[in-house]
Amino acid sequence: MSQEVDARIMLSLPQIHCAACISAVERELSRTSGVKSARVNLTLKRVSIEAEADKTAEDMMAVLAGIGYEAHELDAGTLRATETDRRGRDLLMRLAVAGFAMMNVMMLSVAVWSGAQETTRELFHWVSAAIALPAIAFSAQPFFLSAWTMLKVRRLNMDVPISLAILLASAMSFYEVTQGGKHAYFDAALSLTFFLLAGRYLDHRTRAIARSAAEELAALEVPRAERVIGEEVVTIPIAELVVGDLVRVKPGGRMPVDGVVVDGQSELDRSLLTGETVPVFAGPDTVVSAGEVNLTGPLTVRVSAAGEDTSLHRMADLVAMAESSKNRYTSLADKAAGIYAPGVHLLSLAAFIGWLVVTGGDIRTSLNIAVAVLIITCPCALGLAVPAVTTAASGRLFRRGMLIKDATALERLAEVDTVVFDKTGTLTQGRPELINLSEFARSDLEIALALAEASAHPLAVSLATTAIAAGFKPAKLSDLREVPGYGVEGRWKGKPVRLGRAAWVGTQAGAQTATYLQIGKATPLAFTFNDRLREGAADAVAALKAQGMSLVLISGDAPAAVKDLAVRLGFDDWTAEALPQDKAARIKALSDAGAKVLMVGDGLNDTAALTAAHVSISPATALDAARVASDIVLLGNDMSPMADATVIARKATKRIMENFGIAAGYNLIAVPIALLGFATPLVAALAMSASSITVSLNALRLR
Amino acid sequence: MEILVYLIPISLFLGGLGLLAFFWTLKTKQYDDPEGDAQRILSDEWDDKPRPDE
Repeated sequence: MSQEVDARIMLSLPQIHCAACISAVERELSRTSGVKSARVNLTLKRVSIEAEADKTAEDMMAVLAGIGYEAHELDAGTLRATETDRRGRDLLMRLAVAGFAMMNVMMLSVAVWSGAQETTRELFHWVSAAIALPAIAFSAQPFFLSAWTMLKVRRLNMDVPISLAILLASAMSFYEVTQGGKHAYFDAALSLTFFLLAGRYLDHRTRAIARSAAEELAALEVPRAERVIGEEVVTIPIAELVVGDLVRVKPGGRMPVDGVVVDGQSELDRSLLTGETVPVFAGPDTVVSAGEVNLTGPLTVRVSAAGEDTSLHRMADLVAMAESSKNRYTSLADKAAGIYAPGVHLLSLAAFIGWLVVTGGDIRTSLNIAVAVLIITCPCALGLAVPAVTTAASGRLFRRGMLIKDATALERLAEVDTVVFDKTGTLTQGRPELINLSEFARSDLEIALALAEASAHPLAVSLATTAIAAGFKPAKLSDLREVPGYGVEGRWKGKPVRLGRAAWVGTQAGAQTATYLQIGKATPLAFTFNDRLREGAADAVAALKAQGMSLVLISGDAPAAVKDLAVRLGFDDWTAEALPQDKAARIKALSDAGAKVLMVGDGLNDTAALTAAHVSISPATALDAARVASDIVLLGNDMSPMADATVIARKATKRIMENFGIAAGYNLIAVPIALLGFATPLVAALAMSASSITVSLNALRLR
Repeated sequence: MEILVYLIPISLFLGGLGLLAFFWTLKTKQYDDPEGDAQRILSDEWDDKPRPDE
């Protein structure tokens, strides 16, 4: 891409919901310098921005954060696929044609049913044929194609009986029309096509929304690194790095490779990899792994493993193993199709042979009845039963900020009886919270605030926000300087002041996460921190517990921190210092014992566990690897929708079963009528429309 | 009943017009953001003149 090309930035905005949000976001963005245009799409909850080439998604995210909207970057490359959503538009076009033809033919059919005779009836039949045949040839193509590809490999799917019914009904009706016969099933063939296309379209749309958002989020981390050659720094894709290269990692950046620090001092946040909440010191000779976040100072790292060999990739192998040991889930729709498809064919064949025997070789009558059976049993309602429900349910979950990535995730979520949580970054924000603010004198706090404001270290940021929120003003300091890896120092009324690591200010570190303030030569004061709970985490855990789920907490963090949280949230079962393989093994053990496990996690150390679980959820803040491994992504920061999700999933599965029941019920009544040869086109039309509409209405009760 | 000879083509033609109109709405991407469009009319931001096309 050349420099002149405008940057096209896509952001996901999980929180927008109203007209005011649209104008606020668009106004704020277009006011930002360098932004040419911004357009919000409320349905997909995202904004697309045209900006000058040097603008990055981070700039835009900062602008939106300033007016209180959480934003996540989406990859514009994969996005093209959803924008020109050809398949969706194609389906909609066919649906429109089928709908148009169905209505017109139905209108003509009403006249025939109400007793049009002789010439009028024949005229109407011919007109119907003229509308129906081309319409079917165009609209029903998706079914024909799918059935044909299945038949080629000698297998049956739902589309085989559908195609057979549509084709046979059209051919049979056309023959009847040329013979001046009484019954033509054009309306039935068309409404079959129409209802099934509607189901197909719903299904496609639900999947497209989920797939696009998930895939785009998945591609979120643009894999680039800054390679140092002599004095020069070049940004290159990670794939081009080789062992021995020097890489610069800025504060706030993520380690692109495994390596050893050769220059610089800083602190590393390992929470996504190991679940440790407390940042660790990094200086020359510290071994770093891909995925760790550099916090305070720039680091130069010599690459010791890149690409396939990094610890990140070893984690991926663990995921692959978990994947292969997981048993494949057969969706309810597939189960239904497995029983249904052969059943229909046998039934209509039996009708054909039966009537052939009874009538003594009257092929026309027998074929007519066989076609009627095929049409009436055709899975109009079955085709709608699942997509209508999943559309309603995932729409409802999407509005609460949950994205269903996998088609069968809802059904699997409904079966869950055990929930395993990760701690850092999932139940907690992985962000520290100051807990002993009230223990300090005003002047001390003001100095600490002034020092803390000079650093981007998580502890300092938390200290500063808490102190400002409590109404403190920073003291006036001179010579403010951040010492990467240690802390911040400055001068206050001539005395040196320091805020930072215990060792740096000359004291012993306590058991709790803390930062220390030293004024002059006085004894250092400890500011202690607690990992802050994610919004809604307590509610979600309490609600899940109330639903009778057994809850497990598995973390890679130190026992004290894990125990504290377990007690606070009411977990009876908790494990600390768990390695990634321990997590996956625990999930496997639970599954082997017959539990259906829902895993909730965000870190790289959770990916194997997320894959091994029956169904899994990860927050949008999770690493891409974790999001790819999970079935459901939580878009907002708030965790409370999780409890609703299990309830909605259970309701959805119930509705699906009800819908199958309704469809089967209609068949139970209509099939004997068809078998006995009493089925007229009117009966077929009534049965089909009534069952489809009942099924859709039943699905809509979920909204 | 001869009137049918005219009426049927006329009704088909009118229906066809509707179908074409639908194709047009599809082509001009009017289904990309139904929820957003419904909300946008509530904002008075572009009431005086239409929003310039991007």
